[in-house]
Amino acid sequence: MNDRPNAWVRVYRFYRDGFREMTLGRTLWALILIKLFIMFFILRLFFFPDFLGGFETEDQKNDYVMEQLLNFKPQ
Amino acid sequence: MILTAADWMDVVDWSRAQFAMTAIYHWLFVPLTLGLGFICAIMETIYYRTGDPFWKRTTKFWMRIFGINFAIGVATGIILEFEFGTNWSNYSHFVGDIFGAPLAIEGIMAFFMESTFIAVMFFGWNKVSKGFHLASTWLTAIGANLSALWILVANAWMQHPVGTVFNPDTARQEMTSFSDVLFSPVALNKFFHTVTSGYVLAAVVVVGISAWFLLRKREEKMARKSIATASVFGLVSALLLASTGDGSAVQVARTQPMKLAAMEALYDGQRGAGLTVVGLLRPFDRERHTPEDSAFYFRWQIPKLLSLMSFRQADAYVPGINDLVYGNTEHRIVPAAWKMQAGRHALEAIKEYRQVKDSADAATLAYYRNLFTPDNPEGENFAEYGLGVMGYAYLNAPTDIVPNVPLVFYTFRVMVGLGLYFIVFFAAILFLLYRKALTGRRWMLRLMVWSIPLAYLASVSGWIVAEVGRQPWTIQDLLPTMASVSKIGSGSIMATFFLFVALFTALLIAELMIVTRQIKIGPGPLEESTAGNTERQND
Repeated sequence: MNDRPNAWVRVYRFYRDGFREMTLGRTLWALILIKLFIMFFILRLFFFPDFLGGFETEDQKNDYVMEQLLNFKPQ
Repeated sequence: MILTAADWMDVVDWSRAQFAMTAIYHWLFVPLTLGLGFICAIMETIYYRTGDPFWKRTTKFWMRIFGINFAIGVATGIILEFEFGTNWSNYSHFVGDIFGAPLAIEGIMAFFMESTFIAVMFFGWNKVSKGFHLASTWLTAIGANLSALWILVANAWMQHPVGTVFNPDTARQEMTSFSDVLFSPVALNKFFHTVTSGYVLAAVVVVGISAWFLLRKREEKMARKSIATASVFGLVSALLLASTGDGSAVQVARTQPMKLAAMEALYDGQRGAGLTVVGLLRPFDRERHTPEDSAFYFRWQIPKLLSLMSFRQADAYVPGINDLVYGNTEHRIVPAAWKMQAGRHALEAIKEYRQVKDSADAATLAYYRNLFTPDNPEGENFAEYGLGVMGYAYLNAPTDIVPNVPLVFYTFRVMVGLGLYFIVFFAAILFLLYRKALTGRRWMLRLMVWSIPLAYLASVSGWIVAEVGRQPWTIQDLLPTMASVSKIGSGSIMATFFLFVALFTALLIAELMIVTRQIKIGPGPLEESTAGNTERQND
């Protein structure tokens, strides 16, 4: 009988053990998570809306941008 | 939202400032990843071939520096994509399909290659075979460089748009040839020049940190071997960097002559133009016609070198800023005013097409279809002399096509000067190592440590030359920055600008603190590293 766990279990254990055994890596992961939180949950949500995301159809979006490009007045 | 002219320029300037600041901070992290990955892979290859635990320990030390830089730098580039969507929506829509393909491939490659193999690289010591671990280290390094390829292909397209056609129905550039975009000579040169600059930077960092160990008489064997490995890698990379830089100059001369003229502060075109080695410019005034003889307080030139390097002919004519602004009939250089007129006609044609497209008869529609499709003589002509210069329609005056000459001129000299310095630097280190005379020369070791910031200065200067030199264009000749931005208030951009300054500065300080601490700790005792102590190994 083969007692060796399947590939998915081995991959899971590989990552689990890897993360458990980190020392400096924990600090780095904390930094990464804080950074991603600031980027995606603060900056993205509150400061960086998709400017063209409010249009219902692609044609409306195309028309809006075309208007901007065609009717741009040099200052 | 109604914006006055002053408001609009505020939006443009703050959007540019924010993008420049984000890109420069992002670029502080990237080149070290590009080069240090390969240096780690080379060191691990030596370990794989010799089985000497010393090389395993050395590899793991540099891998730890790589890991810190990777962890702190990762995802800082995503903010640039946020900025595209919010501040640069006209531009984002205009290029959507061109950027979409390379960036999607970059995302997939970055995700699958880097995230998979970097985990094996850090968690896999003693858990996977030596061969598989080595392959993972190489694949992590290659993956990081392939990610850079796709970003640089997208950037190169902005500098020299090829393989696309403008669709007046969707207001977008649409790709007609992926291979033209990918294998554009501008893209290939830009990729190799940029990644080799990363290799040089990483080699300087390894050499500098190792010199610090030698100055403190710690880890002397690791420091000497690391210096030897990084110096060979650095010297080869620095020579390739010079070669790809030469190739880039040829491409710039052909595709962005104004950038070349600004790099040299060449106001009046010349046959057999000389390359200015050093010079001091008089105050810059974009609006004023500056004759060549009054541009410099002083300069030292190498005769004919600019012509030779740009066009491979010592007597080739290199157009100057005044030629490109005001035209030059003898050399068949079209004045910018003519292109502004042609660009406005192109926009008028698009406007007319959009007004009649739903009601026009078949013949009228066929006329416009021909005009907007470059597979017939009329369309080909319009693609080159109409749509191909449509960005000029947005300019106020012909002098608007002149970038900030002093900034481009001086940063170009910083970049090239330091690039040449690094060739001599690595050659001198290798010579001293060969003579076994490096360790005793403390001034040289100090120079090696202090060369680290110079590598970053050269790297950032290169970006300034490339990006400021192409102003006013977001996409060369097709779209200027002023028409690329969104109709939003400048207040929110200012707020996020300062937020980013704080965030990125905090990340940079965190990196410097963590890296400095790890360098002070050093690679740890040999026994610990080779006895399978997984806690240390996984750092």
